[in-house]
Amino acid sequence: MKLLVIEDDRETAAYLVKGLSESGYTVDHSADGRDGLFLATSGSHDAIILDRMLPGIDGLALLGALRAAQIRTPALILSALGSVDDRVKGLRSGGDDYLVKPFAFSELLARIEALLRRGVPEPTTTRLRVADLELDLLTRSVKRGDKTIDLLPREFQLLEYLMRNVGHVVTRTMLLENVWDYHFDPQTNVIDVHVSRLRQKIDKQFERPLLHTVRGAGYCLRAAE
Amino acid sequence: MIAEKLLAPAPPRPPLAGPVNAARRLVRTHAFRLAGLYFAVFVLSVLGVLFFVYWTSADFVERQTETTLDAEITGLAEQYAQRGLSGLVQIVAARSAGDRGDGMLYLVANQDGRPLAGNISGWPAGAPTGEGSLSFQIEVPVKGREETHPARGKLFVIPDGYRLLVGRDISDAAAFRDRVKTTLVWSGLLALALGLVGGTVMSRNMLRRVEEVNRTAERVIAGNLSDRVPRLGTSDEFDQLAANLNGMLDQIERLMAGMREVTDNVAHDLKTPLARLRARLELALLGPADAPTQAEAIRAAIEEADRLLATFNALLSIAEAEAGAQREPTEAFDLADLARAVAELYEPVAEEEGFAMRLESTPGILIRGDRHLLSQAVANLLDNALKYGAPLAGGGEIVIAVSRQDGHAVLEVRDRGPGIPEAERESVFDRFVRLEPSRSTPGNGLGLSLVRAVAHRHSASVALADNRPGLTVRLDFPEAPARAE
Repeated sequence: MKLLVIEDDRETAAYLVKGLSESGYTVDHSADGRDGLFLATSGSHDAIILDRMLPGIDGLALLGALRAAQIRTPALILSALGSVDDRVKGLRSGGDDYLVKPFAFSELLARIEALLRRGVPEPTTTRLRVADLELDLLTRSVKRGDKTIDLLPREFQLLEYLMRNVGHVVTRTMLLENVWDYHFDPQTNVIDVHVSRLRQKIDKQFERPLLHTVRGAGYCLRAAE
Repeated sequence: MIAEKLLAPAPPRPPLAGPVNAARRLVRTHAFRLAGLYFAVFVLSVLGVLFFVYWTSADFVERQTETTLDAEITGLAEQYAQRGLSGLVQIVAARSAGDRGDGMLYLVANQDGRPLAGNISGWPAGAPTGEGSLSFQIEVPVKGREETHPARGKLFVIPDGYRLLVGRDISDAAAFRDRVKTTLVWSGLLALALGLVGGTVMSRNMLRRVEEVNRTAERVIAGNLSDRVPRLGTSDEFDQLAANLNGMLDQIERLMAGMREVTDNVAHDLKTPLARLRARLELALLGPADAPTQAEAIRAAIEEADRLLATFNALLSIAEAEAGAQREPTEAFDLADLARAVAELYEPVAEEEGFAMRLESTPGILIRGDRHLLSQAVANLLDNALKYGAPLAGGGEIVIAVSRQDGHAVLEVRDRGPGIPEAERESVFDRFVRLEPSRSTPGNGLGLSLVRAVAHRHSASVALADNRPGLTVRLDFPEAPARAE
């Protein structure tokens, strides 16, 4: 998997390149908007991580130019500007995800993984399945083995999101953004309690747990240990 | 002026010097122009009044003389037509006999100007031969002396070459007119002088009060924020202006004080954790260099940094809400829906912590605003209720109520905790204020500050009240007109 990092701050860039390389990605780096745009137009990257404020061309303008050139490489915007308006503007100009600086590296990794999956067109399915856990999007019902599991609407959404990201870490912030559409950090561990309730329902009476906590990062739904 | 120098790069002006420039400056002032206008209007009205007085007095007398002369001529012409020249001479002689005191003059003369009858000794010199009006002079015996009096007259040419002159001694009328003229000129001059003085005084007075405002503004610009425009208590426009300016300065001073306080608080509340962070890292460096210890120290440092970042984010959110720049058009939404969504997010935590959470809502209450900010505010209130709203006996209750009261949309979050003493209900909205002296509960003291900033952005009021027992936080919104999309 090949990533393009467009970031002008040298230390942040070094940290990103090092961290992403260690996580198994091939990383190209550009410190300048113009060069970044040039590299990005080659279209050989699987995802782009770019800073919002860049010398040469501003990050949002770069994305606009890229999208205008019909290059659909998924892009994650990094920015110190974190208000909802800033976020909306970033996503409107062609970003696929928006991460506010500073961020935990685990958060960035989780989001890049999600982005890379988004690039792959999902087969139109009405049924999600992880091991013996089955979620039917049409009847909005959940079964594990032959046991029917009753979920509240929000728990259903939460499980759907986890199942769509099966095998990958999703962070609390990702859950809050994608399941609840909130962009602030609550002072209380609200997400943890929601997840643990869901876990009660889908894992409690079964031998092999599916929903795992990843320390310092978030949660991961996966079939095997 | 100082204000101009500071505020705008004004085009270079020649240095003011000497009375010429002072006069030029005076001419440029609004007060001077106003005084000039006032003076012009004043002069015009005085002139108008004087002219009217003249027209109704002196001029009136003259016009009356003309009328009398016309009537007399007409009368005598009729007499002539009826009774011929001899009749006319007879009447003229009769009328001329004795001094009737009305100053009427008569003369019938032949072609050469020789009088046939009348009370004028001879045909006046330079009198025209045709019909018409004329001015002439007569000699009148007054107290034994001959005096020359002005007179007005009219000529009537009688066929056969005779002429009739009817006149009137207008010395009284002329004297009256002169008198009136003199009076009018003097009163005009007096009015002019009064107008000038009045205008100057008015302009000076106004200038002085504007100058007072200017001087105060200059002192404020120079940094003396506590200076105020003096008020005379006359409650006129200038006094109102002074009051408004003072109100504005009060507001600015309060904001400045608030900002200073915030800066101080930020310095204190951010420096402390930064110092802690630094100390932790330093200790880790000094301590044993084994991996688990250092990893633990680093983890603790990251946690500390995260807390700091959360504080920063909270401060930025507050600043953003306070700035109130609404870049996206605000939407109308159902307050109960918003409350339900946030309540649903918090419900499991509440239950876990032993609270019963309840939503009492009236649907269909629309308000207009920023849904995200408002959700965050409600989340903060629920965070607070969870943190501080537990009664000592246990079994807490949190009620989120959305209702319509007196045309307002009201959102309340009520708990059964210890509440907040009345004296402290205002200060808890300030940044970094935490009532718990030990500060054992995690938190940054910014939650309610954000709630207040968000409330203000939505033109809502926020108040704390006693829930007997417990705390009620009440947000009072102006309701959006239903379905005004």
